[in-house]
This record gives sequence, structure tokens and C-alpha cells, in this order.
Amino acid sequence: MSMDNSGKAYWKDTLGLVRNFLIIWFLVSYGAGILFAPALNSIHLGGYPLGFWFAQQGSIYIFVALIFIYAKMMGKLDEKYDVHED
Amino acid sequence: MGLQAMTYFVVGLTFAIYIGIAVWARAGSTSEFYSAGGNVGPVVNGMAIGADWMSAASFISMAGLIANMGYGGGLFLMGWTGGYVLLAMLLAPYLRKFGKFTVPSFVSTRYYSKGASLVAVLCLLAASLTYIIGQMTGVGVAFSRFLGVSNSTGIYIGMAIVFMYAVFGGMKGITYTQVAQYCVLILAYTVPAIFISMQLTGNPLPQLGLGSNFAGTDMSLLGKLDEVVTGLGFGKYTTQVPGSMLNMFVYTVSLMIGTAGLPHVIMRFFTVATVKDARYSAGWALVFIALLYTTAPGVAAMARLNLHATVNKAVMQSGGDLFAPENSIVYSERPDWMKRWEVTGLLKFEDKNGDGRIQYYNAKSKNADFLAKVEAAGWKGNELKVNRDIMVLANPEIALLPNWVIALVAAGGLAAALSTAAGLLLAISSAISHDLFKSIWFPEMSEQKELLTGKIAMACSIVVAGYLGLNPPGFAAGTVAIAFGLAASSIFPCLMMGIFSKTMNKEGAIAGMLSGLGITMFYVFAHKGIFFIKGTSFLGMFGGKSSFFFGISPNAFGAIGAIVNFAVAFAVKNMTPPVPQDIAQMVEDVRIPRGSKAVDGAH
Repeated sequence: MSMDNSGKAYWKDTLGLVRNFLIIWFLVSYGAGILFAPALNSIHLGGYPLGFWFAQQGSIYIFVALIFIYAKMMGKLDEKYDVHED
Repeated sequence: MGLQAMTYFVVGLTFAIYIGIAVWARAGSTSEFYSAGGNVGPVVNGMAIGADWMSAASFISMAGLIANMGYGGGLFLMGWTGGYVLLAMLLAPYLRKFGKFTVPSFVSTRYYSKGASLVAVLCLLAASLTYIIGQMTGVGVAFSRFLGVSNSTGIYIGMAIVFMYAVFGGMKGITYTQVAQYCVLILAYTVPAIFISMQLTGNPLPQLGLGSNFAGTDMSLLGKLDEVVTGLGFGKYTTQVPGSMLNMFVYTVSLMIGTAGLPHVIMRFFTVATVKDARYSAGWALVFIALLYTTAPGVAAMARLNLHATVNKAVMQSGGDLFAPENSIVYSERPDWMKRWEVTGLLKFEDKNGDGRIQYYNAKSKNADFLAKVEAAGWKGNELKVNRDIMVLANPEIALLPNWVIALVAAGGLAAALSTAAGLLLAISSAISHDLFKSIWFPEMSEQKELLTGKIAMACSIVVAGYLGLNPPGFAAGTVAIAFGLAASSIFPCLMMGIFSKTMNKEGAIAGMLSGLGITMFYVFAHKGIFFIKGTSFLGMFGGKSSFFFGISPNAFGAIGAIVNFAVAFAVKNMTPPVPQDIAQMVEDVRIPRGSKAVDGAH
């Protein structure tokens, strides 16, 4: 299949989706887990200082969720542009 | 049943299962050999990726690293899991659509060049071989510590087991064996962790236990740990940073993109039926990996606390005095597990002040108050040396858990090492048989011959890996850093540009790979010696200061190498002929899921 206008729109939407997911990916790990960790540590989640929690627990849970939501949304995008597999 | 007999029984049982699976899942075609016939479901594939990914290093060493590094150890946790987000969104679905068996064959087709493919094969072999040395030594160590056989006998047994299911089963045999190995290793990791979390916090889940109160007090476990380790002169557990924040940041980037660029992991995405399954596979892989990776911080913190509590009785008393002479335990009254591990040399005691008691603290502390207290107590230096691998391996013994749990940990360590070794061997043998013999040297080779070549290449790789395991080169300690640095600085950027840039040409890709690789190796060699030969490091050229580039440690340098790779590739691309039209067309095709077909070897 060559990349006609619909193909271009599909690719543009795909990149937009991936960009949004990677922003969240960056914010939870590099943001909350590293750059803002010292500030977040004044807040506590149970016995966890929050920055520490993001670095050693939270970011991993969010990574898992991100991949599944991404896979689901890409599936919908594939169908919308009629490029899904049979 | 005694501990020894129990360990033989559990390990023997798991080996029997692996061999049974090998007999059941023999590979009859190249497609089965390289990609398990291309129809493995996403959950099974995810589990196999989990076992493939979690090596002896993850299973044995990671918790110990975190225990020493505290908060900063989070860089391994985030780095080795965050890479799967990149894999799922940026690489796996597109490489699956591309429909080739191996990373070099993608490079060869996308960059229309045998030269580029050859560079990719070299990167792959270098990364995988360095990685496999660690697995083989891990197998030897696990055998010798738990089963009482010599290190080399252990490696021979390990080689024989891998030979059986990898050579005959190929990817098919490896995939189903890895599912069994995943189950063994995750049980072995979580069962002791649950026991210990229960003992220390009353909460059976280590993920929650780590955030709970220390049993019987209203102080959080992490608060207690912070108090104990700072009291003994160590850095504060929950805020301690390796080097600098910048170093931690760059190190995490390197591990993430290194993970996404490791060929033996990428290969697994060729075993699923569709592009959609490739996306979900990455998700399932991370679920199975996360089970261990979210348990590890609990294991680390609890093991550290248990260790301090063992040698200093004040730890378990509220308001106890860490410096009171009677609180340091008497060496001759130390627990049995310490005696057992002293034999292995991983635990060492030296009575520096001659009082017959063990003082374990940070003698390198710069805190004047602390040093004054040390002086007043008559401590003459840290007396206990603890190898970080003990944290996981001796954990069940420290917590006085039953024998079957200790036996399970032995089987788990072996499963982790063997499963990763098998995945690496497959990446190596397919690079040799498919990308060198079939694609570059003998394009006319029949499928039967290619399959045979693959099996011979696999057998030879096992022998080489075994040899390197028996005679580890002097640089064994640096090998993991090299594997990630190589993958991060050469393979990851090359694949990214192959998918997301329609205009990247072969000249740009080759120049990028070589320069990214070159600068990373240069930085590592500057610190650790040229090809790790002692005495050839050349830090003197840069003022003799280690981590001279903005305080970034050599292990973290892959990310900088990747930036160099991208920059050089785009600069060279602009000065050389553009990509042929059919390649640009192919890149567009790869971006769309429809029309994906079973992975095959045809070009």
C-alpha cells in the first residue's frame, strides 16, 4: 500500500499518539523519579517518600499501563484508517 | 531431607522439565528455528521475553546493587523497564511488520548495503558475547555454591543442558523452555521476599511492605533504615545519589535505549503472528518483568536492614546505641549462615581493633561528628566485607527460612542464567548462519543447509561461551556496561533512523554506528584500559580525573554515544547521495500494519 493522503494522516496521528505517551513516560521517570524527586520526597505515600516511590515502584507500574493503553489506542487507530490486519 | 539433598532434588526436577520440553519442541524448519514458526501468542511470548531478559545479573546482583545504592539504585529499575516502553512504541511493531528474522537483516535491507549489515553483525556479536560470559560464570557460581560441585563441572553441566534444548529446539525449544524457567525464577524470587516482608512489616507483599511500618512500631521501614544507615555513617538510603543527578539521568537514558537496542530482545518480537501482537507482547513482557523488578526494592531494603540487625543488636532496639560495645555481636557467636558464606570468600571478617566483635560501618564517612563517635567507641575501621551478591543468595538463610526455599533460590538463579544464555546463543547463531553465511557468503544455500549451519553455529557458540565462562577474561566486571553501551550507541539509533527517517542513507547509518560505537569505547577505555588491559587507561590525557565529561561515569556513556551517532549520521547524510526511491517506499510500507506476513527468510 502506498502512502496516500489517508496514509499520511494515519502516520501523523500515530506520531502524535506516541509523542503524548512518551511525554508521560518522561514525566514519571525522569521527572518525578529523578529531577523532581527531592521536592516530591516531602510528600509521603504510606511509608514511601513520593520521589523515592516513583523511582523504585511507581514509574514501573505506569510503564506497564502505558504500553497496554497505547496498544489499545493504536488498535483503534488502525481500524479508523482501515490499515489493521485481518 | 537435608539442605543439600533438597537442593539436588529441586534443581534436578527443573532440569528434567527443561529437557522434556526440548524433546517435545524440536525445530524442523528455519522458520521454527529462528522465530518459533512465527505464531507464539503475546502472553507466552511476553513470559519468554521476561525469562530471556532477566539474567543472572537481574536475579542475583540487582537487589544487592540497590541495597548498596539506595534511592540511586532506581536507575536500574527505571532503566531496565522504561526501555520496553520505547520498544513497544518505537521499534517492535515496525520491525515485526518488516518481517525479517534478525536485526542485521533489517539493517541490510533498509540501508541496501552488505557493509551496514556487517557492522551490525559485529555490534551484535560484541554485545552478545560479552553478555554471555556473565551468564556462564553465573551458572558456575550457582552450581558451586549450592550443589557443592566445582565451578568448572557446573559450567559443563550448564553447557550440556543449554545444548540439548537450544541446538535441537532453536527458538521454538527456547521459547517454551523459557516459559518454564520464568515460572521457576519468579517463584524463587518472590517466595523468600514474601516471607521476609511478612516478618519485618506484617505485610506479605514486598511492594507494600516496603512502604509499611516496621513491625510492632509506628516508624516506617524506610524511616528505620534511613536512621540505621546514617547512624553508621552511610549515605541516607532514600536520597543517596550515584555521583550527581545529571549522571543518574544520563545513566538511566543509556540503560533504557540500550535495552531497546539489545538484539536478543528485539528478536523475540519476530516470533509473534501480527503487528498488534508485537505491541501487546511488549506489554506482557513488562508485566512479567515488573513482578520481579517491583519486588527487588523490597528485597534490597529488607536485606540491608536484616544484615545490619544481624551484626548490631541496637538496630532492633528502639533508641538503641549503635556504638555501645555490647551491641556489636561477638564473632565467635555469629550465625551459621555467616560461617557458610565465609567459606565462599564472599563474606570476610577482619578484627581490626582486636575486641573479638564485628563492627560494620562506613569508615570512609566524611562526617566529623560520626568520626568522633567512632573514635570514642574505639572502632578501628570497618571489619566486615560483604559481596553484594549475597543479598539475594543468602537472603533466605539470613531470614531463617526453610530448606526448600533455599533450594528454590538455587534453581531460580540457574533458570535465570540458562534462559538468558539460550536467548543470546540464538541471537549469535542466527547472525552467523543467516546474516553471514546465507546473506553475504552463500546466498544459494538451501533451507536445510541453513538450518544445519545454524545448529553448528549454535554448538560452536556454546563451546566458545563455555570456554569464556571457564577462563573469564580480566574485564568480566566491565562487560555488562559494554553490552548496554554498544547497543545504546550503535544499534538503537540505527534502527530508529531506519524507521522514522525516510531519507537516512547507508553512508549516514554506517558513519553514525561507527562513530557512536567509537566514542563510547574510547570513553570506557580511557577509564578502564584499552580492551580492558590493565595499565593502558589514558585518563592522564584528560587531567587524570575520572568521569571527566561532566561527571558522567563510563557505564552511563552510551547515551552520549547515541547522540553522537544521530548527529554524525544526519551530517553525513546531507553530504552523500540520497536514498533510492524504492527504499523510501519500503519505509512507508513498514509504518502500516496491514499486509504483515509471517516472518520468513526470503529477500
